[in-house]
Order: sequence, then C-alpha cells, then structure tokens
Amino acid sequence: MNATLLITIGVTLISSAVALSLRNLIHSVLLLVITWIGICAFYLIFNAEFIAFTQLLVYVGAISMVALFAVLLTRVAPSTNQRNKQSVTRFIYALITGLSLFSLMAFAVLHTDSPKEKVEALPATVYSIGKALTEEYAPALMITGSLLTLAILGSVLLAAHSPQSKENS
Amino acid sequence: MYGFGLIRGLIVTGKNFVQSFYNPSRYTTQEYPEVKSTPPEAYRSFPFLVTDSETDPLGALRCVACLTCEKECPAQCIFIEKSKDKKPDANGRLQFYPTQFIIDSSVCMSCQICVEVCPFDSIKMDKVFEVAVSSRFENLLLTRDKLTKSNQYFHLISPSEAQEVDDRLAAERKVAQEKAAAQAKAKAEAAALAAQVKPVPAP
Amino acid sequence: MSMLPILQTQDPYLERLPLLLREAFTHYLPEPWHTLSNQLISIVVILSVFGLLFAILTLAERKILGHVQNRPGPNRTGFFGMLQPFADGIKMLTKEDIVPVAADHVLHLLAPVSLLAASILTFAVIPYGKNLVALDIDTAALYFFAVGSATELSVFMAGWSSNNKYSLLAAMRALAQLISYELPLIISWIPVVMVASTLSLTRIVSLQSGYSFGILPHWYVFTPWGFVAFALFMVSALAESNRSPFDLPEAESELIAGHLTEYSGFKYALFFMAEYFGMTALSGMAVSLFLGGWNAPSPYLTFIPSYLWFAVKLLSLLAGFMWIRATFPRLRIDQLTRFAWKFLVPLSLINLVTTAFWILSQNWGHLYFIPRLIITLILIVVPYILLSKKLGRGYAVRTYTYAPQ
Repeated sequence: MNATLLITIGVTLISSAVALSLRNLIHSVLLLVITWIGICAFYLIFNAEFIAFTQLLVYVGAISMVALFAVLLTRVAPSTNQRNKQSVTRFIYALITGLSLFSLMAFAVLHTDSPKEKVEALPATVYSIGKALTEEYAPALMITGSLLTLAILGSVLLAAHSPQSKENS
Repeated sequence: MYGFGLIRGLIVTGKNFVQSFYNPSRYTTQEYPEVKSTPPEAYRSFPFLVTDSETDPLGALRCVACLTCEKECPAQCIFIEKSKDKKPDANGRLQFYPTQFIIDSSVCMSCQICVEVCPFDSIKMDKVFEVAVSSRFENLLLTRDKLTKSNQYFHLISPSEAQEVDDRLAAERKVAQEKAAAQAKAKAEAAALAAQVKPVPAP
Repeated sequence: MSMLPILQTQDPYLERLPLLLREAFTHYLPEPWHTLSNQLISIVVILSVFGLLFAILTLAERKILGHVQNRPGPNRTGFFGMLQPFADGIKMLTKEDIVPVAADHVLHLLAPVSLLAASILTFAVIPYGKNLVALDIDTAALYFFAVGSATELSVFMAGWSSNNKYSLLAAMRALAQLISYELPLIISWIPVVMVASTLSLTRIVSLQSGYSFGILPHWYVFTPWGFVAFALFMVSALAESNRSPFDLPEAESELIAGHLTEYSGFKYALFFMAEYFGMTALSGMAVSLFLGGWNAPSPYLTFIPSYLWFAVKLLSLLAGFMWIRATFPRLRIDQLTRFAWKFLVPLSLINLVTTAFWILSQNWGHLYFIPRLIITLILIVVPYILLSKKLGRGYAVRTYTYAPQ
C-alpha cells in the first residue's frame, strides 16, 4: 500500500464521482477518460503492461470517441434542472441501491480466501500472453472476435439502412 | 492508376528542386532590392515633362501651356498656370510657357490620356515605381521642377518611342524650315524684284 | 522499468559518448539519486533535441517547398533564413490570446496541452542509438500507439470548446480521418511483430542488425511483406499526423482552419508543434520497425555512431514527407475515408496473410527461396492491382483541352 497506489485509487474514484455529478455531459465523459487512465495506472502498478496499454488504446482511444459521439448526436437542450421533491426521493432510492450493491461487493471481497503470504506473480511477458491466447484460450479469443465483428456489422447495417437512402445507395 | 502517376509527379517536383540550385529557368525569383528587373517599354507610372536641353531644363520645355492635358485628365489632377509673356520655342516661334505645372500623383491613375492628347510631345510617361514618400500631401504633389526631365532621360527609358518622337519632330522642323526658307526665298525674290524696280526714281 | 546504461567498452568512443557525458553529470550526485538523474537528463536531452528539430523542420519545410516552387523560401532573417523559426516563435509568443466569450475556457486551454503531452510521451520508447532509449519496456510498440491515440481526444476537445459549429463539424471530420487511418497504421506493423515475436522496439532493432552476403542488411523493408508494410505505414502516418495530402483538418481553405479556428497565438503554435512532433515520432517508429533503427547499412560503415545513422534515416523520411507535401493535391474527406477503408485496410490484412506465409515457409530450405519470393509477390501484387482497378473504375485518364502537349 504505497503512495502511488493511493494516489491512483484517489484519482480514479474522485474523477468518476465528479463525472457522475456534473451537469455538462461532455465534461462527464472527459472525466471518465481520466478514470480510465487511472485504471491503466492501476494495471501498471501491478506490472500488467500489456493490458494497461491495451486499456489505454481501447478505452481512451476508441470508447471515449464512441461516448462523445453518442452524447453529441443525441444531445438534448441544456435543461434547467430545478430541484423538486421528486428528485430528492430519487436521491434516496439511489443511495439505498448503491449502498446495497456496495455492501454485497464488500461482503464478497472480504470473505474470499486470499493466501496469507506473498505469492510471486507469473511472468506476464507479451510472448507468454500471446502463447496463452493462441494455444490455450484460442476458442475464447475467436468467439470474442466473431462477437465483435457481428456487433460492428449489425451497427453498420442499422446505420446504413434508412428509407431515404434507398434511391441513392 | 497503379500509383505510377504519383511516382511521375514526385520525379517532376524532385527535378525542380534539384535543378533550382543551378538552373536559372527553374528559379524564377528575382530577389528584389538586390536585383531590380527592368520594366517593359510600355510600362507607365506617372507623367513627366520633356525638356530639350540639359543645361537649361526649365527654359527648353516643350510644353506650351495649351491646357489640353489639364482639360482631358479624367482624374483632374493637373494644374497649369499659363505665363503672361511668350518665349521662342525650338522652331523659333513665340509660344507661351507654363509658370506652374503641378500633378497630384496621389490622384493620378496613370491612364496616359495626357500623353495621348498632347500635340507637342511634351508630356510623357515615366517608369519610376520607387516613389514612396513619408508625407502624404507635400511630397506627393509634383511641381514643375520635379516633373522636368531631359530628352536624354526619355531616350534612356523608352528608346524606340523617344526615337520616333525625335524623328517626327525633326521632320516637322525640316518641313517648317523648308517652308520658312521658301518663304524667305520668296520674300527675298520679291524684295530683289522690288529693289530691281525701285532704282528708277520718280521724276 | 528503467534501466541503467550498459557501457560496452569495446564500442568506439563516439558511440559511447552520450552515455559517458550523462555519467559525467550524475557522477557528482549521491548513489540513490543516480536513476532519477539519468532519467531526467534523458528527458531534457530528448525535449531539447526534438524541440530544436521542430524549429529547424519548419524552416526546412519552407525552404524545400520554396525551391520546388521556383522560389527561395525565407532568406531574409539571418543567413539562409536560419533565424526564421525564432522570429516565428517570438511572433507567436507575443500574439494576443483570443478566447471566445462563450467558449469552454478550461477545455480550450486543455486541448493543445494534452495534445502536446501525448505527442511528447510517444518519444520515450524510440531507440535513438545503441543504448539510447529512455524507456525500454517489453510492450514498447503498443505503448507508442496507445499514447498516440490519446491525441484524437484533444482534437475533439479543441473543436468542441470553441463554441463554433463549424469548428465542431471540422473536428468531427478530423476525428473521422484519424480513426479511419488508425486501423491500417496499426495493422501495418503487426507483420513486424509476427516476424520478430516481440513488441519491444530495442529487440526489433537488434534483430535487424545482420548482413547477408556481406552487403545486404537484414532490414525488414528489404523483404516483400516489409516493403508493403512500410509503404502502408508511411501513408497512414501521413494521415495520422494531418500532413498533406491528408491535411483537410488544418488547411486554410477548409472551414477556415478547421478545429483550430478559434485558436491564436501560442496555443496555435502548440498545435503545430504537436503535429510536427507526431510526424517525427511516427518517422522514428518507421525507422525502428522497418529501416533497421540505428543499424548501419553496410558492415564497413559501422564506425559512424549509431545515433548518427538514426538521425540520417529520420531526416530522410522527414524530407520525404516534405517532398510529398510539395507534390500532391489535397484529398477530399470522402476520397480520404474511401481510400482508408476500401484500399488500405484490405491491403494491410492481405499483408498479414502474406507474412504468415513467409514465416511458415521459412523451413522449406534455401533452394526454395525464389519460389517463396514469387509466391509472396503474387500474393501482394495481385490484390493491389485488382483493388486499384476496382476503385479506379469510372475515373478516366484526364485529357486537357487547352494545355500544350
């Protein structure tokens, strides 16, 4: 539990908390990007380089674009959010749900059997990861790949199919 | 289609780059203050008054203050003051001369109409373009002494036009001289005839 | 993650000179500070060298473009215009920083800063010489492209924060270009990783250091798949750094200045610095992955130090970028995206198959080298011709009515 880990945890949690509470959606997405960078730092602290940089490439490089485009293309007018009684009720419901979820996860984490002494991590070089992915876990990789391909094809089909574009496709 | 056009384009620009260091046709920039280009002969900037003598420029002006250019100038930028007395010109005839000849070069639009209408070939277009001055009103108002330039200068800047003007003026002068000589001869003959008739005194 | 330098005493003196200089500085500090000071000196050296290179590059670009276009380029400020970058820097620094009133001030400031930060971070993993790499990690190539993809976010921030609908549209177009070309950029160097079976750049460079028959270096660009991969990488690098002919986002005739419309003064200069840094870093990656990094092209030329070879290769790639800028007209956004998705992505995927064939046929024996080469070339050239034909259909060769033949 050193200073780097504490700072990373702090940055991740604080940025995600602020992201959830901001009015401006674009600011929320950008703070979420900081959260993802915090998770990348978390992976780096535990020497998982490959997954840290993959996280950076996928989340910060691509998923942030998806989120931003989604926010931009479905933008609602900046609403004048007045606090009414209903939102206070909603706040209480949200608090109850969050606390129950948190307590469930805390119970699960605290009651797992973790080894008492330090265990030396297996060397996770890129070579060993590649070998594992293509030999042992190859089916998982291929199923994930085909799932993503199908998702992309489906989204392209959904986006391309619109009644006006039938004559000039 | 297969990218060969791209390669050919790269070769063209590469050739231009390499040859621009030693081939003057591939480096057409003239670096201005060090290398001044000569404008073509029909280039015109502002008018100037032609004078036939270098020793007495203001006395040998071809301009006779006929005021045609002042009336014809579309921008109305010429101001002439005619003299009260007359002076003999190159042909010997007595003509007026301009005591003041002012061109406002901030208004002049270099249209050359004053040159075209002048019957005496006395105002021609100059080629100077480095005429920037620091004050707008006094320095841009060109007076007679600034406008006067000699015929040799005119030969320098527009050789063929100056030559043509000189030939024409010389031909006119010859015609005028011949006419004057013929007239003088006729007068002399008449006088001689009168002198021949005269010695018989009246009784 | 950081390594102390390994001085090889059998290398010539010039080769060891940078590391010896660094040792001379850290020698005076106490022992626990050595690593930190080594890293700090590396960072300072990288920043100053590439900052100066940026200044010289702006001047070199204008001079090269000028000479290609029959004119001198800047030659009034100092001898051959040498002081022009500094004059430009002073101009940019003293310009007024105009921010629109309704703009998002935090994001407006953050966009060029994060762009520059991401561009500078990518310099850390490139091996500049035999032992000259700031960060020698196992996943260096992945790090480079992961950090490089953070630049797209800054482009969006720049377009959004200007509170200008044309800037936003232009930022969307710029993002479309960046995302489209990221795919061929990354797929084009996967063959290198397949052959080298490592993502570490220092190892990839040291794998290219042999010479066959005494003269031909083992650089990956001299293999059929490597040549195609290099070409694909360079084209995608041109598009990723918004360089001509893909400079739609920043050209002045396109939506004023695209997502940079509302930027003036030093922030504008920071955007251009980030673009040049991106260009330099991508060229550095191309040199390391395909052109053999710091290896000399012939075994008789190894007396020239490795960082000088790296510099020569980097500068020739950058000069190639400028040559391309001087030659080709700009692509429209639809031509751009069509080129990426319909031409580059299929070609790069086919290149993967070709490399797989090359690797798997390595144990056929030396006699089969020519058939291997022929099959590989067919695997590359035939799809290229077919794709070009298909995509070029409908566009005839231009005939000019008034130009003299």
